[in-house]
Amino acid sequence: MTVVIPNFSSGGGGSCESENHLFCVDWVRRNWSGVLEPALGQHVVLTLIAVGIGFVLALGMALAAYRLSWLERPLGIGTAILYTIPSLALFEILAPFFGPTRTTAEIALVGYTLLILFRNILTGLREVPPEVRDTARGMGMTARQSLFRVELPLALPAIMAGLRIATVTVISLATVAAYICNQGLGAPIFTAINENVFKTELICAGGLAIMLAIVADIILVGVQRLLTPWARTR
Amino acid sequence: MDIADTAQHEGPPSFAQAATLEFRNVSKRYPGNREPAIEDLSFEVPAGEVCVLVGPSGCGKTTAMRLVNRLIALTGGDILLGGQSVLDRRPDDLRKEIGYVIQQIGLFPHLTIADNIATVPRLLGWDKQRMTERTDELLRLIGMDPEEMRNRYPAQLSGGQRQRVGVARALAADPPLMLMDEPFGAIDPISRERLQDEFLRLQAAVRKTIVFVTHDIDEAIKMGDRIAILREGGRLAQFATPAELLAHPADDFVAQFVGADRALKRLALSTLADLKLIAPNGTPANGERVALRTNVRDALSLLLAAGGRPLTVVDDGERVAGLVTIDLIGGVLAEAASPPDRRAAH
Repeated sequence: MTVVIPNFSSGGGGSCESENHLFCVDWVRRNWSGVLEPALGQHVVLTLIAVGIGFVLALGMALAAYRLSWLERPLGIGTAILYTIPSLALFEILAPFFGPTRTTAEIALVGYTLLILFRNILTGLREVPPEVRDTARGMGMTARQSLFRVELPLALPAIMAGLRIATVTVISLATVAAYICNQGLGAPIFTAINENVFKTELICAGGLAIMLAIVADIILVGVQRLLTPWARTR
Repeated sequence: MDIADTAQHEGPPSFAQAATLEFRNVSKRYPGNREPAIEDLSFEVPAGEVCVLVGPSGCGKTTAMRLVNRLIALTGGDILLGGQSVLDRRPDDLRKEIGYVIQQIGLFPHLTIADNIATVPRLLGWDKQRMTERTDELLRLIGMDPEEMRNRYPAQLSGGQRQRVGVARALAADPPLMLMDEPFGAIDPISRERLQDEFLRLQAAVRKTIVFVTHDIDEAIKMGDRIAILREGGRLAQFATPAELLAHPADDFVAQFVGADRALKRLALSTLADLKLIAPNGTPANGERVALRTNVRDALSLLLAAGGRPLTVVDDGERVAGLVTIDLIGGVLAEAASPPDRRAAH
């Protein structure tokens, strides 16, 4: 991780940086490939891993609770508790076990996706109209065929809605993860705060995080439209 | 709908076109319930006939139907399809051989009309071309243009269209038996009447064995070759043809269920062509005419409207076939023998 300390005294950055003006284009030009671009890349990786693992876990939990309804309460309560732990506290709890690593950050981030994804997937499955389930079985589908050919596809809008919320949440929370593993767009944000709140870096990193969230959401909406052509015809 | 080119030559050779269905001392008890849901139910539906299960709500008619494809497990007796016990079959395999239509239709909203219809063929592993051909054939059978309809989604159809697609989907693999649970129950009265007529024409072409559940005795009389009237506790009150049921209700329960107008309902089962009309030369006619294919109930209504004077019955070529009077119709009802069944007569 490159820690960039804006050199207020030297003439290299010019008066814009030394006087910490609102936005110094020169600084961005000099630090894009060294600081911002790698931080953005790390942020995307942090997010993809967290949402990916969270989705697989939540899908498994939701399918289990869909079949065995007594599982819904314990799983719902467990994921809700995870969700309510303040992120900084959770990082501190995990740090002794996994050190100040990306693993610690990912475990915490995955924890925050579970409640959203579990609830949405389960709700999506439960909202499959009973008559549709009935005809699927009545026409000779096995439970597995009904799940994969009928119930999961019909739950897709709810599942995709959950993925959108989870992704945007993780992109936002992952900035805090830099506190523990010094990766992602949070890293330049923390650096900027430590350097007398260097405005240009703060705005750039924060702005990139916001744009990343918007772009990710747009991509997921596009994916949803591709996957659910029937929903467009109403 | 063109019936002439809808005769079915396709379908897996292992499926008979229609199979006999037999309920043999069938019972269903739910654990913890003292009263059985179905008790000692026995009757036999000949291959190619429509058997209507009818009765008040809570009489177990839907339960009885769902025992056939094992969506509900029976607890006593046996059900035989084509002579073979349904209990000897894997439920999933059995169900692919039994068409299934319910009131809410249950089309898959995420699949196109073509894919909905091809559900069972796909489960059976038909190749793509055969599925496409069958889907188009069925769409034409239910009076829809394949080009226009096959790629639509269920949400783009009207209630009546969805209902037709539901029937086509149940027919897709040419099953020997169809189960239909109040298939027209959610349709407005005018469309329902049309769909019923359409369905009877369809059935005349495909000749499936059909178990048809309804709570509407008029629908039962119209649709059924045979009617099983159930009473509370899933007991069979009477199993008979519509004509027998109306002429000779087995007990007060059945008499009350078929209604005080059962004599009129009986008249609706035959047309003037089924009556021995009075020769036209004797009695003078008052000039009012009625078509030979009019059902006797409507003819009676016309007679009453004409002040009871005889009507002249004419055939489609406007030739006089005879005269009909109130006395003649009264005589028909008084006959001990039940009037000929309209469908059986053809």
